[in-house]
Amino acid sequence: MTDRKADLIIIGGGPAGLAAAVSARKEGLRDILILERDTRLGGILNQCIHNGFGLHTFKEELTGPEYAARFIRQAEEEKIPYMLDTMVIDISFDPETGLKKVTAMNPGEGIFTIDAKAVILAMGCRERPRGALNIPGYRPAGIYSAGTAQYYVNIEGRMPGKKVVILGSGDIGLIMARRMTYEGAKVLCVAELQPYSGGLKRNIVQCLDDFDIPLLLSHTVVDIKGKERVEGVTIAEVDENRKPIPGTEVFYECDTLMLSCGLIPENELSNKLGVKMNPVTNGAFVNESLETSVPGVFACGNVLHVHDLVDYVSGEAATAGKNAAAYIRGEKNEEGAVINIKTENGVRYSVPSTVRTGNMPDTLTVRFRVGNEYRDTNLAVYLDGKQLMRLPKRVMAPGEMEQIILVKSKVTDIVSEAGTADHELVIRVED
Amino acid sequence: MEKRELTCIRCPIGCHITVELENGEVKSITGNSCPRGEEYAASEVTHPVRCVTSLVRLKGGSRPVVSVKTKGDVPKEKMMDVVKALKDIELTAPVHIGDIAAENIAGTGVDVIVTSNDD
Repeated sequence: MTDRKADLIIIGGGPAGLAAAVSARKEGLRDILILERDTRLGGILNQCIHNGFGLHTFKEELTGPEYAARFIRQAEEEKIPYMLDTMVIDISFDPETGLKKVTAMNPGEGIFTIDAKAVILAMGCRERPRGALNIPGYRPAGIYSAGTAQYYVNIEGRMPGKKVVILGSGDIGLIMARRMTYEGAKVLCVAELQPYSGGLKRNIVQCLDDFDIPLLLSHTVVDIKGKERVEGVTIAEVDENRKPIPGTEVFYECDTLMLSCGLIPENELSNKLGVKMNPVTNGAFVNESLETSVPGVFACGNVLHVHDLVDYVSGEAATAGKNAAAYIRGEKNEEGAVINIKTENGVRYSVPSTVRTGNMPDTLTVRFRVGNEYRDTNLAVYLDGKQLMRLPKRVMAPGEMEQIILVKSKVTDIVSEAGTADHELVIRVED
Repeated sequence: MEKRELTCIRCPIGCHITVELENGEVKSITGNSCPRGEEYAASEVTHPVRCVTSLVRLKGGSRPVVSVKTKGDVPKEKMMDVVKALKDIELTAPVHIGDIAAENIAGTGVDVIVTSNDD
């Protein structure tokens, strides 16, 4: 039984969901509903109390809650309806009607369903847990993912420990090294398995160097001591195959181990819906409109691929919102050629992964990451074997997302010359 | 002659910059690849500054703490003084973004403002 209908349902009221909603409304779409499982809008930004957000979007450095508040205010000014404490548990697609049935629940209404013409997936991501890291040792209290510790400190005002070792140099771990130091804890070191940091340079300088916290590259935790509570961890150096080198073990006495070892898009709903997933990003494959393999289902933000900067999330989400509004208006021009984007030689993935030239805007931003640190190389882009661009790059690193901008007129020139239906665009690192 | 090595944080390149100082005065800056790096390095070795973001206690709010930041940058060596001074501050809900939580924190001449809303 269907209780109600909406043109557009947005799943998640964090930075992606809010920007998508505001953008869809600015396109004239009236019937929008945001479903948010937390007790407030804003998502992860609420606990990211450090500054550095919004340099691109607002040309000033805001803290996470301030950045979120600007989008929440826009959503409220636009009178966009939202439901809090509401968890979406299922989405299904009816190929005959094209409708998406969204099943959700909350304490006030129990389980209910809503039929939507379009859905935007904006569920964000979650942290890689200890269970996924293969660390030997007991399972005592005192092991936290960095984001969980951040929630305890910044939202609940509680300290998870006093003497801390951090495994993984992701940005949240770096930020927590500074937070814990501010709150009076001693952070002994940050160990990183890779020979390079997973976080932004500015965070290494401002969160570790400022407080003389050592960053141990090519190091990992090989043992956790303590049965009830963490009593210490053993850290060893690793070789080029990431295997611990015997004899390099050092014991650190501590009561807390924080993990900042990567983020995984939260795609259980997308999987159940049958959205085709990219095994590299753990997010959906999307086309130029950020539409997934299920018609009328769009994805944006960290559920699509993990971003380093919220500004890029907001921009991407605005694109998804605009395209969802166009889909609902019935403007789906699928004519034109289809270009598959292939990434190789150091480029790990791209978003989008296909481009339908009939739907391509005048300029299209393609974002991607490289799999290693590269110095003084080139980014080369080929379309049907013809070089489209070649950009010299001083430095590229896995921790910093890259982008290229495709110009429609240039793309269509090459594609129409070839005359076939399927085309290939290759992005690769070259010397 | 004193030598200082630092990583530029103005852009993702992260140039390794070497600054030579004599009696606290910058004599040379090398290793940067743009003027912004030179500016960063000069400021960083003579008067490094930071924006401090932290929490203060909150009475009567939906949460026991509320986030705050220094309204401008404070000298880097004053960071921990600022954080310690914030421990003595307690606000009462409602609080809104931009409310002043403390004036002239730790004698820096910089105010601390609230960065979250809690009604």
